Amino acid sequence: MIEALLAGRWIAVWRRNYLVWRKLAAASIAGNIIDPLFYLLGFGLGFSTMIPEVEGVRYIAFLAGGTICYTTMLAASFEALYSGFARMHVQRTWEGIMNAPVSLEDVVLAEWVWAASKSLLSGTAILLVAIALGLSQSWTMVLIVPLAFLIGLCFAGMGLVMTAIAKSYDFFTYWFTLVLTPQMLLCGVFFPLSGLPGWVQAIASALPLTHAIAIGRPLFLGQWPQDGLLHAAVLAAWGFAGFALALRLLRRRLLA
Amino acid sequence: MAILEAKAVRKSYDGREVVAGIDLALRKGECYGLLGPNGAGKTTTLRMLLGLTAPDSGSIELLGHPVPQAAREGRIRVGVVPQMDNLDPDFTVSENLLVYGRYFGMKESEVAARLPKLLEFAALETRGDARIQALSGGMKRRLVLARALVNDPELIFLDEPTTGLDPQARHLMWERLRLLLRQGKTILLTTHFMDEAERLCDRLAIIDHGRMLAEGTPPALIAEHIEPEVVEVYGEGVEAWFAGHAKALSARAEIHGETAFCYLQDAEPLVANLKGFAHLRFLHRRANLEDLFLKLTGRDMRE
Repeated sequence: MIEALLAGRWIAVWRRNYLVWRKLAAASIAGNIIDPLFYLLGFGLGFSTMIPEVEGVRYIAFLAGGTICYTTMLAASFEALYSGFARMHVQRTWEGIMNAPVSLEDVVLAEWVWAASKSLLSGTAILLVAIALGLSQSWTMVLIVPLAFLIGLCFAGMGLVMTAIAKSYDFFTYWFTLVLTPQMLLCGVFFPLSGLPGWVQAIASALPLTHAIAIGRPLFLGQWPQDGLLHAAVLAAWGFAGFALALRLLRRRLLA
Repeated sequence: MAILEAKAVRKSYDGREVVAGIDLALRKGECYGLLGPNGAGKTTTLRMLLGLTAPDSGSIELLGHPVPQAAREGRIRVGVVPQMDNLDPDFTVSENLLVYGRYFGMKESEVAARLPKLLEFAALETRGDARIQALSGGMKRRLVLARALVNDPELIFLDEPTTGLDPQARHLMWERLRLLLRQGKTILLTTHFMDEAERLCDRLAIIDHGRMLAEGTPPALIAEHIEPEVVEVYGEGVEAWFAGHAKALSARAEIHGETAFCYLQDAEPLVANLKGFAHLRFLHRRANLEDLFLKLTGRDMRE
Protein backbone atom coordinates (compact mmCIF):
# COMPACT_ATOMS: atom_id res chain seq x y z
CA MET A 1 0.00 0.00 0.00
CA ILE A 2 2.78 2.43 0.92
CA GLU A 3 4.46 1.70 -2.39
CA ALA A 4 1.27 2.37 -4.34
CA LEU A 5 0.67 5.52 -2.32
CA LEU A 6 4.13 6.86 -3.13
CA ALA A 7 4.01 5.82 -6.79
CA GLY A 8 1.07 8.21 -7.10
CA ARG A 9 -0.75 6.48 -9.95
CA TRP A 10 -3.86 6.58 -7.76
CA ILE A 11 -3.92 10.38 -8.11
CA ALA A 12 -5.14 10.18 -11.73
CA VAL A 13 -8.02 7.98 -10.57
CA TRP A 14 -8.78 10.30 -7.65
CA ARG A 15 -8.82 13.23 -10.06
CA ARG A 16 -11.29 11.42 -12.28
CA ASN A 17 -13.73 11.14 -9.38
CA TYR A 18 -13.05 14.71 -8.36
CA LEU A 19 -13.83 15.96 -11.87
CA VAL A 20 -17.17 14.13 -11.84
CA TRP A 21 -17.92 15.63 -8.43
CA ARG A 22 -17.00 19.11 -9.61
CA LYS A 23 -19.45 18.84 -12.48
CA LEU A 24 -22.23 17.98 -10.07
CA ALA A 25 -20.87 19.98 -7.14
CA ALA A 26 -23.75 22.39 -6.72
CA ALA A 27 -26.28 19.62 -6.12
CA SER A 28 -23.83 17.66 -4.01
CA ILE A 29 -22.95 20.55 -1.70
CA ALA A 30 -26.60 21.53 -1.33
CA GLY A 31 -27.32 17.95 -0.23
CA ASN A 32 -24.36 18.03 2.14
CA ILE A 33 -25.68 21.13 3.82
CA ILE A 34 -29.44 20.84 3.68
CA ASP A 35 -29.78 17.38 5.19
CA PRO A 36 -27.73 18.01 8.36
CA LEU A 37 -29.19 21.50 8.60
CA PHE A 38 -32.68 20.03 8.91
CA TYR A 39 -31.44 17.64 11.58
CA LEU A 40 -29.83 20.44 13.51
CA LEU A 41 -32.76 22.80 13.31
CA GLY A 42 -35.44 20.13 13.71
CA PHE A 43 -33.96 18.17 16.59
CA GLY A 44 -31.87 20.96 17.99
CA LEU A 45 -34.57 23.58 18.27
CA GLY A 46 -37.28 21.03 19.00
CA PHE A 47 -35.49 19.31 21.86
CA SER A 48 -33.93 22.41 23.32
CA THR A 49 -37.33 23.44 24.68
CA MET A 50 -37.26 20.25 26.77
CA ILE A 51 -33.48 19.93 27.27
CA PRO A 52 -31.94 23.36 27.49
CA GLU A 53 -28.44 22.07 28.35
CA VAL A 54 -26.49 18.83 28.05
CA GLU A 55 -23.16 18.43 29.80
CA GLY A 56 -23.03 22.15 30.34
CA VAL A 57 -23.64 23.27 26.72
CA ARG A 58 -26.71 24.20 24.70
CA TYR A 59 -28.38 21.08 23.30
CA ILE A 60 -28.15 22.31 19.69
CA ALA A 61 -24.38 22.82 20.06
CA PHE A 62 -24.05 19.38 21.67
CA LEU A 63 -26.01 17.90 18.78
CA ALA A 64 -23.96 19.76 16.15
CA GLY A 65 -20.73 18.09 17.32
CA GLY A 66 -22.32 14.65 16.88
CA THR A 67 -24.06 15.49 13.64
CA ILE A 68 -20.83 16.52 11.96
CA CYS A 69 -19.28 13.12 12.71
CA TYR A 70 -22.39 11.24 11.68
CA THR A 71 -22.72 13.18 8.42
CA THR A 72 -19.11 12.53 7.45
CA MET A 73 -19.64 8.84 8.21
CA LEU A 74 -22.57 8.77 5.79
CA ALA A 75 -20.75 10.75 3.10
CA ALA A 76 -17.88 8.24 2.95
CA SER A 77 -20.24 5.29 3.15
CA PHE A 78 -22.44 6.40 0.26
CA GLU A 79 -19.37 7.07 -1.85
CA ALA A 80 -17.63 3.76 -1.11
CA LEU A 81 -20.77 1.67 -1.47
CA TYR A 82 -23.15 3.09 -4.06
CA SER A 83 -20.80 5.21 -6.15
CA GLY A 84 -17.92 2.76 -5.82
CA PHE A 85 -20.13 -0.12 -6.91
CA ALA A 86 -21.37 1.90 -9.87
CA ARG A 87 -17.79 2.52 -10.99
CA MET A 88 -16.66 -1.05 -10.38
CA HIS A 89 -19.64 -3.03 -11.64
CA VAL A 90 -22.27 -0.99 -13.43
CA GLN A 91 -20.19 1.42 -15.51
CA ARG A 92 -17.06 -0.78 -15.61
CA THR A 93 -14.97 2.31 -15.04
CA TRP A 94 -12.36 0.33 -13.08
CA GLU A 95 -11.99 -2.14 -15.94
CA GLY A 96 -11.20 0.70 -18.32
CA ILE A 97 -8.66 2.15 -15.89
CA MET A 98 -6.95 -1.19 -15.32
CA ASN A 99 -6.40 -1.62 -19.05
CA ALA A 100 -4.06 1.33 -18.68
CA PRO A 101 -0.87 0.92 -16.61
CA VAL A 102 -2.76 1.26 -13.34
CA SER A 103 -3.19 -1.65 -10.93
CA LEU A 104 -6.22 -2.68 -8.93
CA GLU A 105 -4.42 -1.55 -5.80
CA ASP A 106 -4.02 1.94 -7.28
CA VAL A 107 -7.73 2.04 -8.11
CA VAL A 108 -8.93 0.85 -4.70
CA LEU A 109 -6.52 3.21 -2.94
CA ALA A 110 -7.91 6.08 -5.01
CA GLU A 111 -11.49 5.10 -4.16
CA TRP A 112 -10.61 4.95 -0.49
CA VAL A 113 -8.94 8.35 -0.42
CA TRP A 114 -11.65 9.83 -2.61
CA ALA A 115 -14.47 8.66 -0.31
CA ALA A 116 -12.55 10.18 2.62
CA SER A 117 -12.22 13.38 0.60
CA LYS A 118 -16.00 13.41 0.22
CA SER A 119 -16.20 13.22 4.02
CA LEU A 120 -13.85 16.13 4.27
CA LEU A 121 -15.94 18.19 1.85
CA SER A 122 -19.14 17.29 3.59
CA GLY A 123 -17.70 17.85 7.08
CA THR A 124 -16.38 21.25 6.05
CA ALA A 125 -19.76 22.24 4.59
CA ILE A 126 -21.67 21.43 7.74
CA LEU A 127 -19.00 23.03 9.89
CA LEU A 128 -19.55 26.27 8.00
CA VAL A 129 -23.28 25.94 8.59
CA ALA A 130 -22.68 25.46 12.32
CA ILE A 131 -20.47 28.53 12.37
CA ALA A 132 -23.09 30.53 10.49
CA LEU A 133 -25.65 29.46 13.07
CA GLY A 134 -23.33 30.75 15.74
CA LEU A 135 -22.98 27.35 17.42
CA SER A 136 -19.24 27.48 17.89
CA GLN A 137 -16.52 30.08 17.88
CA SER A 138 -13.52 28.14 19.14
CA TRP A 139 -10.46 27.65 16.96
CA THR A 140 -10.21 23.94 17.87
CA MET A 141 -13.03 23.15 15.46
CA VAL A 142 -10.65 23.74 12.55
CA LEU A 143 -9.21 20.34 13.50
CA ILE A 144 -12.56 18.81 12.58
CA VAL A 145 -11.53 19.16 8.93
CA PRO A 146 -8.70 16.59 9.17
CA LEU A 147 -10.85 14.56 11.55
CA ALA A 148 -13.56 14.37 8.88
CA PHE A 149 -10.96 12.90 6.52
CA LEU A 150 -9.97 10.30 9.11
CA ILE A 151 -13.60 9.38 9.79
CA GLY A 152 -13.95 9.05 6.02
CA LEU A 153 -10.99 6.67 5.80
CA CYS A 154 -12.48 4.59 8.60
CA PHE A 155 -15.94 4.15 7.12
CA ALA A 156 -14.83 4.05 3.48
CA GLY A 157 -12.38 1.27 4.30
CA MET A 158 -15.11 -0.80 5.89
CA GLY A 159 -17.60 0.18 3.19
CA LEU A 160 -15.29 -1.04 0.42
CA VAL A 161 -15.49 -4.53 1.95
CA MET A 162 -19.23 -4.44 1.32
CA THR A 163 -18.69 -3.19 -2.22
CA ALA A 164 -16.24 -6.02 -2.81
CA ILE A 165 -18.83 -8.67 -1.98
CA ALA A 166 -21.99 -6.95 -3.29
CA LYS A 167 -23.98 -8.50 -6.11
CA SER A 168 -26.28 -5.49 -6.47
CA TYR A 169 -27.18 -2.18 -4.83
CA ASP A 170 -29.86 -3.90 -2.71
CA PHE A 171 -27.17 -5.53 -0.60
CA PHE A 172 -26.10 -2.16 0.79
CA THR A 173 -29.40 -1.75 2.65
CA TYR A 174 -28.08 -4.28 5.20
CA TRP A 175 -24.99 -2.21 5.85
CA PHE A 176 -27.04 0.92 6.39
CA THR A 177 -29.79 -0.59 8.54
CA LEU A 178 -27.67 -3.07 10.52
CA VAL A 179 -24.38 -1.20 10.89
CA LEU A 180 -24.65 2.53 10.28
CA THR A 181 -28.09 3.41 11.65
CA PRO A 182 -27.44 1.61 14.98
CA GLN A 183 -24.23 3.60 15.32
CA MET A 184 -26.13 6.81 14.78
CA LEU A 185 -28.47 5.80 17.62
CA LEU A 186 -25.97 4.18 20.00
CA CYS A 187 -22.81 6.20 19.69
CA GLY A 188 -23.92 9.47 21.24
CA VAL A 189 -24.98 11.65 18.31
CA PHE A 190 -28.23 12.71 19.98
CA PHE A 191 -27.56 12.10 23.67
CA PRO A 192 -24.58 11.57 25.96
CA LEU A 193 -23.41 7.96 26.32
CA SER A 194 -22.95 8.40 30.06
CA GLY A 195 -26.70 8.13 30.64
CA LEU A 196 -26.98 4.69 28.97
CA PRO A 197 -26.81 1.29 30.71
CA GLY A 198 -23.34 -0.18 31.14
CA TRP A 199 -23.78 -2.92 28.56
CA VAL A 200 -24.90 -0.44 25.90
CA GLN A 201 -21.85 1.67 26.69
CA ALA A 202 -19.68 -1.41 26.30
CA ILE A 203 -21.09 -2.11 22.84
CA ALA A 204 -20.86 1.54 21.88
CA SER A 205 -17.21 1.74 22.89
CA ALA A 206 -16.38 -0.91 20.28
CA LEU A 207 -18.06 1.03 17.47
CA PRO A 208 -16.01 3.51 15.43
CA LEU A 209 -18.56 6.34 15.44
CA THR A 210 -18.22 6.55 19.26
CA HIS A 211 -14.53 7.25 18.83
CA ALA A 212 -15.19 9.79 16.10
CA ILE A 213 -17.58 11.68 18.37
CA ALA A 214 -15.17 11.41 21.30
CA ILE A 215 -12.80 13.57 19.27
CA GLY A 216 -15.20 15.66 17.22
CA ARG A 217 -17.57 16.93 19.87
CA PRO A 218 -14.95 18.38 22.23
CA LEU A 219 -13.13 20.00 19.30
CA PHE A 220 -16.38 21.56 18.19
CA LEU A 221 -17.10 22.87 21.67
CA GLY A 222 -13.65 24.29 22.13
CA GLN A 223 -12.30 21.58 24.45
CA TRP A 224 -9.30 19.31 24.01
CA PRO A 225 -10.42 15.68 23.58
CA GLN A 226 -9.37 13.15 26.20
CA ASP A 227 -7.31 10.27 24.75
CA GLY A 228 -7.68 11.88 21.34
CA LEU A 229 -4.80 9.98 19.76
CA LEU A 230 -6.13 6.68 21.06
CA HIS A 231 -9.55 7.35 19.52
CA ALA A 232 -7.91 8.41 16.27
CA ALA A 233 -5.89 5.19 16.29
CA VAL A 234 -9.09 3.14 16.60
CA LEU A 235 -10.60 4.95 13.58
CA ALA A 236 -7.43 4.44 11.57
CA ALA A 237 -7.27 0.75 12.55
CA TRP A 238 -10.81 0.08 11.36
CA GLY A 239 -10.09 1.96 8.15
CA PHE A 240 -6.82 0.21 7.35
CA ALA A 241 -8.19 -3.22 8.22
CA GLY A 242 -11.19 -2.57 6.00
CA PHE A 243 -9.04 -1.39 3.11
CA ALA A 244 -6.72 -4.39 3.36
CA LEU A 245 -9.59 -6.87 3.47
CA ALA A 246 -11.44 -5.09 0.64
CA LEU A 247 -8.34 -5.23 -1.55
CA ARG A 248 -7.96 -8.97 -0.94
CA LEU A 249 -11.61 -9.61 -1.76
CA LEU A 250 -11.50 -7.40 -4.85
CA ARG A 251 -8.40 -9.19 -6.15
CA ARG A 252 -10.32 -12.43 -5.91
CA ARG A 253 -13.38 -10.90 -7.55
CA LEU A 254 -11.77 -8.97 -10.40
CA LEU A 255 -8.38 -10.53 -11.10
CA ALA A 256 -9.18 -14.26 -10.79
CA MET B 1 11.48 -10.19 -31.87
CA ALA B 2 7.86 -10.92 -31.06
CA ILE B 3 5.74 -7.98 -29.88
CA LEU B 4 3.69 -10.35 -27.79
CA GLU B 5 4.52 -13.94 -27.02
CA ALA B 6 2.64 -16.62 -25.10
CA LYS B 7 3.92 -20.12 -24.45
CA ALA B 8 1.82 -23.04 -23.21
CA VAL B 9 -0.57 -20.78 -21.33
CA ARG B 10 -3.23 -22.53 -19.27
CA LYS B 11 -6.06 -21.40 -17.01
CA SER B 12 -8.73 -23.31 -15.12
CA TYR B 13 -11.79 -22.12 -13.23
CA ASP B 14 -13.34 -24.50 -10.71
CA GLY B 15 -11.59 -27.48 -12.28
CA ARG B 16 -12.74 -26.59 -15.81
CA GLU B 17 -9.91 -25.78 -18.18
CA VAL B 18 -10.89 -22.60 -20.02
CA VAL B 19 -7.53 -22.10 -21.71
CA ALA B 20 -5.78 -25.38 -22.32
CA GLY B 21 -2.35 -24.56 -23.66
CA ILE B 22 -2.16 -21.61 -26.06
CA ASP B 23 1.00 -20.56 -27.91
CA LEU B 24 1.19 -17.46 -30.00
CA ALA B 25 3.72 -14.89 -31.17
CA LEU B 26 2.73 -11.60 -32.77
CA ARG B 27 5.05 -9.96 -35.29
CA LYS B 28 5.40 -6.23 -35.48
CA GLY B 29 2.86 -4.59 -37.78
CA GLU B 30 0.59 -7.55 -38.31
CA CYS B 31 -3.07 -8.01 -37.51
CA TYR B 32 -3.53 -11.28 -35.68
CA GLY B 33 -7.00 -12.69 -35.12
CA LEU B 34 -8.29 -14.98 -32.41
CA LEU B 35 -11.42 -16.66 -33.73
CA GLY B 36 -13.66 -18.91 -31.75
CA PRO B 37 -17.26 -19.51 -30.75
CA ASN B 38 -18.66 -17.99 -27.55
CA GLY B 39 -16.97 -19.51 -24.53
CA ALA B 40 -13.94 -20.69 -26.52
CA GLY B 41 -11.56 -18.89 -24.15
CA LYS B 42 -10.86 -15.75 -26.22
CA THR B 43 -11.57 -13.17 -23.54
CA THR B 44 -9.75 -15.13 -20.82
CA THR B 45 -6.76 -15.35 -23.15
CA LEU B 46 -6.81 -11.59 -23.70
CA ARG B 47 -7.06 -10.94 -19.96
CA MET B 48 -4.03 -13.14 -19.34
CA LEU B 49 -2.03 -11.48 -22.11
CA LEU B 50 -2.75 -8.08 -20.52
CA GLY B 51 -1.80 -9.33 -17.07
CA LEU B 52 -5.27 -8.91 -15.60
CA THR B 53 -5.49 -12.59 -14.72
CA ALA B 54 -2.54 -14.81 -13.84
CA PRO B 55 -2.20 -17.99 -15.90
CA ASP B 56 -1.98 -21.28 -13.97
CA SER B 57 1.09 -22.15 -16.03
CA GLY B 58 2.99 -21.03 -19.09
CA SER B 59 4.80 -17.79 -19.84
CA ILE B 60 3.82 -14.48 -21.44
CA GLU B 61 5.90 -11.58 -22.65
CA LEU B 62 4.20 -8.29 -23.54
CA LEU B 63 6.42 -5.82 -25.41
CA GLY B 64 9.41 -7.43 -23.74
CA HIS B 65 7.98 -7.40 -20.21
CA PRO B 66 7.18 -10.61 -18.36
CA VAL B 67 3.46 -10.93 -17.57
CA PRO B 68 1.85 -10.80 -15.07
CA GLN B 69 4.94 -9.75 -13.02
CA ALA B 70 5.65 -6.61 -15.05
CA ALA B 71 2.32 -6.33 -16.86
CA ARG B 72 1.90 -2.71 -15.83
CA GLU B 73 5.14 -1.74 -17.58
CA GLY B 74 4.01 -3.68 -20.65
CA ARG B 75 0.66 -1.92 -20.77
CA ILE B 76 2.30 1.52 -21.01
CA ARG B 77 2.60 0.98 -24.80
CA VAL B 78 -0.64 -0.97 -25.25
CA GLY B 79 -4.15 0.18 -26.15
CA VAL B 80 -7.27 -1.83 -25.33
CA VAL B 81 -10.74 -1.77 -26.86
CA PRO B 82 -12.87 -3.91 -24.54
CA GLN B 83 -15.83 -5.96 -25.64
CA MET B 84 -18.30 -3.77 -23.73
CA ASP B 85 -18.03 0.00 -23.88
CA ASN B 86 -16.87 1.46 -20.58
CA LEU B 87 -16.71 5.13 -21.45
CA ASP B 88 -17.25 7.54 -18.59
CA PRO B 89 -20.92 8.58 -18.85
CA ASP B 90 -20.38 11.68 -16.69
CA PHE B 91 -17.84 13.13 -19.10
CA THR B 92 -17.91 14.65 -22.55
CA VAL B 93 -16.10 13.07 -25.50
CA SER B 94 -12.98 15.21 -24.96
CA GLU B 95 -12.97 14.73 -21.20
CA ASN B 96 -13.03 10.97 -21.69
CA LEU B 97 -9.79 11.23 -23.69
CA LEU B 98 -8.12 13.73 -21.34
CA VAL B 99 -8.90 11.75 -18.20
CA TYR B 100 -7.78 8.49 -19.81
CA GLY B 101 -4.47 10.03 -20.80
CA ARG B 102 -3.72 10.72 -17.14
CA TYR B 103 -3.82 7.00 -16.39
CA PHE B 104 -0.72 6.71 -18.59
CA GLY B 105 0.98 9.48 -16.64
CA MET B 106 0.60 11.85 -19.58
CA LYS B 107 0.60 15.58 -19.00
CA GLU B 108 -2.58 17.50 -19.68
CA SER B 109 -0.86 19.53 -22.42
CA GLU B 110 0.45 16.36 -24.04
CA VAL B 111 -3.04 14.85 -24.33
CA ALA B 112 -4.57 18.17 -25.33
CA ALA B 113 -2.09 18.37 -28.21
CA ARG B 114 -3.14 14.92 -29.43
CA LEU B 115 -6.85 15.59 -28.95
CA PRO B 116 -7.73 17.06 -32.38
CA LYS B 117 -6.05 14.15 -34.19
CA LEU B 118 -7.77 11.60 -31.98
CA LEU B 119 -11.18 13.20 -32.53
CA GLU B 120 -10.54 13.32 -36.26
CA PHE B 121 -9.51 9.67 -36.24
CA ALA B 122 -12.77 8.79 -34.49
CA ALA B 123 -14.72 10.97 -36.96
CA LEU B 124 -15.96 12.97 -33.97
CA GLU B 125 -14.30 16.33 -34.78
CA THR B 126 -17.47 18.27 -34.09
CA ARG B 127 -18.50 16.20 -31.11
CA GLY B 128 -15.77 17.04 -28.62
CA ASP B 129 -18.19 18.61 -26.17
CA ALA B 130 -20.97 16.08 -26.68
CA ARG B 131 -22.13 13.91 -23.83
CA ILE B 132 -21.61 10.17 -24.17
CA GLN B 133 -25.32 9.46 -24.01
CA ALA B 134 -25.80 11.55 -27.16
CA LEU B 135 -23.51 9.29 -29.24
CA SER B 136 -24.63 6.42 -31.47
CA GLY B 137 -23.26 2.92 -30.97
CA GLY B 138 -20.74 3.36 -33.79
CA MET B 139 -19.55 6.70 -32.42
CA LYS B 140 -19.04 5.24 -28.95
CA ARG B 141 -17.08 2.36 -30.42
CA ARG B 142 -14.83 4.74 -32.36
CA LEU B 143 -14.35 6.86 -29.25
CA VAL B 144 -13.27 3.77 -27.31
CA LEU B 145 -10.80 3.09 -30.13
CA ALA B 146 -9.53 6.69 -29.99
CA ARG B 147 -9.21 6.38 -26.23
CA ALA B 148 -7.08 3.25 -26.72
CA LEU B 149 -4.76 5.35 -28.92
CA VAL B 150 -4.31 8.18 -26.43
CA ASN B 151 -0.88 6.86 -25.37
CA ASP B 152 0.24 6.19 -28.98
CA PRO B 153 0.46 2.42 -28.36
CA GLU B 154 2.55 -0.06 -30.35
CA LEU B 155 0.09 -2.86 -29.83
CA ILE B 156 -3.70 -2.65 -29.77
CA PHE B 157 -6.02 -5.27 -28.30
CA LEU B 158 -9.52 -5.33 -29.77
CA ASP B 159 -12.13 -7.58 -28.20
CA GLU B 160 -14.97 -8.00 -30.72
CA PRO B 161 -14.68 -4.44 -31.99
CA THR B 162 -17.72 -4.40 -34.27
CA THR B 163 -20.26 -6.53 -32.41
CA GLY B 164 -23.60 -4.76 -32.41
CA LEU B 165 -22.71 -2.17 -35.06
CA ASP B 166 -24.63 -1.53 -38.28
CA PRO B 167 -22.89 -2.18 -41.63
CA GLN B 168 -21.92 1.47 -42.17
CA ALA B 169 -20.36 1.74 -38.73
CA ARG B 170 -18.54 -1.58 -39.20
CA HIS B 171 -17.00 -0.48 -42.49
CA LEU B 172 -15.82 2.79 -40.97
CA MET B 173 -14.29 0.86 -38.05
CA TRP B 174 -12.47 -1.50 -40.43
CA GLU B 175 -11.17 1.42 -42.46
CA ARG B 176 -9.75 2.96 -39.27
CA LEU B 177 -8.12 -0.30 -38.22
CA ARG B 178 -6.48 -0.66 -41.64
CA LEU B 179 -5.21 2.89 -41.24
CA LEU B 180 -3.58 1.90 -37.95
CA LEU B 181 -1.97 -1.11 -39.59
CA ARG B 182 -0.57 1.12 -42.32
CA GLN B 183 0.96 3.28 -39.57
CA GLY B 184 2.82 0.20 -38.39
CA LYS B 185 0.70 -0.65 -35.33
CA THR B 186 0.29 -4.26 -34.33
CA ILE B 187 -3.25 -5.49 -33.68
CA LEU B 188 -4.59 -8.44 -31.76
CA LEU B 189 -8.25 -8.93 -32.55
CA THR B 190 -10.89 -11.32 -31.33
CA THR B 191 -14.00 -11.75 -33.38
CA HIS B 192 -16.61 -14.25 -34.40
CA PHE B 193 -17.30 -12.45 -37.65
CA MET B 194 -15.55 -14.33 -40.43
CA ASP B 195 -15.81 -11.49 -42.91
CA GLU B 196 -14.10 -9.21 -40.39
CA ALA B 197 -11.28 -11.68 -39.88
CA GLU B 198 -10.89 -12.27 -43.60
CA ARG B 199 -10.69 -8.54 -44.32
CA LEU B 200 -8.33 -7.54 -41.55
CA CYS B 201 -6.20 -10.42 -40.35
CA ASP B 202 -2.78 -11.23 -41.75
CA ARG B 203 -2.74 -14.34 -39.61
CA LEU B 204 -5.30 -15.90 -37.37
CA ALA B 205 -5.84 -18.73 -34.97
CA ILE B 206 -9.04 -20.66 -34.52
CA ILE B 207 -9.57 -21.63 -30.91
CA ASP B 208 -12.22 -23.72 -29.26
CA HIS B 209 -12.47 -25.25 -25.79
CA GLY B 210 -9.33 -23.31 -24.89
CA ARG B 211 -7.21 -24.99 -27.57
CA MET B 212 -5.74 -23.67 -30.77
CA LEU B 213 -7.16 -25.76 -33.61
CA ALA B 214 -5.36 -24.08 -36.52
CA GLU B 215 -3.14 -21.10 -37.18
CA GLY B 216 -1.97 -19.37 -40.35
CA THR B 217 -2.89 -16.86 -43.05
CA PRO B 218 -6.57 -17.01 -44.08
CA PRO B 219 -5.90 -18.29 -47.65
CA ALA B 220 -3.40 -20.88 -46.45
CA LEU B 221 -5.76 -22.13 -43.75
CA ILE B 222 -8.62 -22.43 -46.22
CA ALA B 223 -6.40 -24.22 -48.74
CA GLU B 224 -5.10 -26.57 -46.08
CA HIS B 225 -8.42 -27.59 -44.55
CA ILE B 226 -11.18 -26.98 -47.10
CA GLU B 227 -11.87 -27.92 -50.72
CA PRO B 228 -11.68 -24.77 -52.91
CA GLU B 229 -15.30 -24.70 -54.06
CA VAL B 230 -18.60 -24.89 -52.25
CA VAL B 231 -22.13 -25.39 -53.52
CA GLU B 232 -25.01 -24.77 -51.14
CA VAL B 233 -28.26 -26.41 -52.25
CA TYR B 234 -31.68 -25.77 -50.78
CA GLY B 235 -35.37 -25.95 -51.67
CA GLU B 236 -38.17 -28.52 -51.77
CA GLY B 237 -36.83 -32.10 -52.02
CA VAL B 238 -33.21 -31.30 -51.17
CA GLU B 239 -33.00 -34.36 -48.89
CA ALA B 240 -33.87 -36.72 -51.72
CA TRP B 241 -31.37 -35.07 -54.06
CA PHE B 242 -28.72 -35.15 -51.35
CA ALA B 243 -29.22 -38.86 -50.75
CA GLY B 244 -29.07 -39.66 -54.44
CA HIS B 245 -26.42 -37.38 -55.90
CA ALA B 246 -24.47 -35.19 -53.46
CA LYS B 247 -22.01 -37.72 -52.07
CA ALA B 248 -21.05 -39.09 -55.45
CA LEU B 249 -20.33 -35.68 -56.97
CA SER B 250 -18.64 -33.97 -53.98
CA ALA B 251 -15.40 -34.51 -52.13
CA ARG B 252 -17.37 -33.93 -48.94
CA ALA B 253 -21.04 -33.19 -48.37
CA GLU B 254 -23.28 -32.63 -45.40
CA ILE B 255 -26.84 -31.51 -44.80
CA HIS B 256 -27.88 -29.15 -42.05
CA GLY B 257 -31.49 -28.15 -41.63
CA GLU B 258 -32.75 -27.54 -45.15
CA THR B 259 -29.42 -26.81 -46.79
CA ALA B 260 -26.92 -29.23 -48.30
CA PHE B 261 -23.29 -28.12 -48.25
CA CYS B 262 -21.14 -29.72 -50.95
CA TYR B 263 -17.37 -29.16 -50.87
CA LEU B 264 -15.50 -29.92 -54.09
CA GLN B 265 -12.29 -29.52 -56.07
CA ASP B 266 -14.32 -28.72 -59.19
CA ALA B 267 -17.98 -27.82 -59.04
CA GLU B 268 -18.76 -28.21 -62.78
CA PRO B 269 -20.24 -31.74 -62.72
CA LEU B 270 -22.38 -30.96 -59.66
CA VAL B 271 -23.69 -27.71 -61.11
CA ALA B 272 -24.51 -29.54 -64.37
CA ASN B 273 -26.36 -32.18 -62.39
CA LEU B 274 -28.34 -29.49 -60.49
CA LYS B 275 -29.61 -28.03 -63.77
CA GLY B 276 -31.77 -31.13 -63.98
CA PHE B 277 -33.55 -30.29 -60.71
CA ALA B 278 -35.48 -27.11 -61.45
CA HIS B 279 -37.12 -27.05 -58.02
CA LEU B 280 -33.75 -26.81 -56.24
CA ARG B 281 -31.91 -23.55 -55.79
CA PHE B 282 -28.18 -23.36 -55.29
CA LEU B 283 -25.31 -21.02 -54.57
CA HIS B 284 -21.90 -21.75 -56.07
CA ARG B 285 -19.04 -19.93 -54.32
CA ARG B 286 -15.42 -20.18 -53.26
CA ALA B 287 -14.61 -21.70 -49.91
CA ASN B 288 -14.22 -19.10 -47.18
CA LEU B 289 -13.20 -18.79 -43.55
CA GLU B 290 -16.67 -19.58 -42.32
CA ASP B 291 -16.46 -23.02 -43.95
CA LEU B 292 -13.16 -23.57 -42.23
CA PHE B 293 -14.49 -22.31 -38.91
CA LEU B 294 -17.55 -24.53 -39.02
CA LYS B 295 -15.48 -27.53 -40.07
CA LEU B 296 -13.12 -27.10 -37.13
CA THR B 297 -15.55 -26.02 -34.41
CA GLY B 298 -18.67 -27.89 -35.52
CA ARG B 299 -22.17 -26.63 -36.12
CA ASP B 300 -23.60 -27.10 -32.65
CA MET B 301 -25.05 -24.04 -31.00
CA ARG B 302 -22.99 -22.51 -28.18
CA GLU B 303 -24.92 -20.78 -25.49
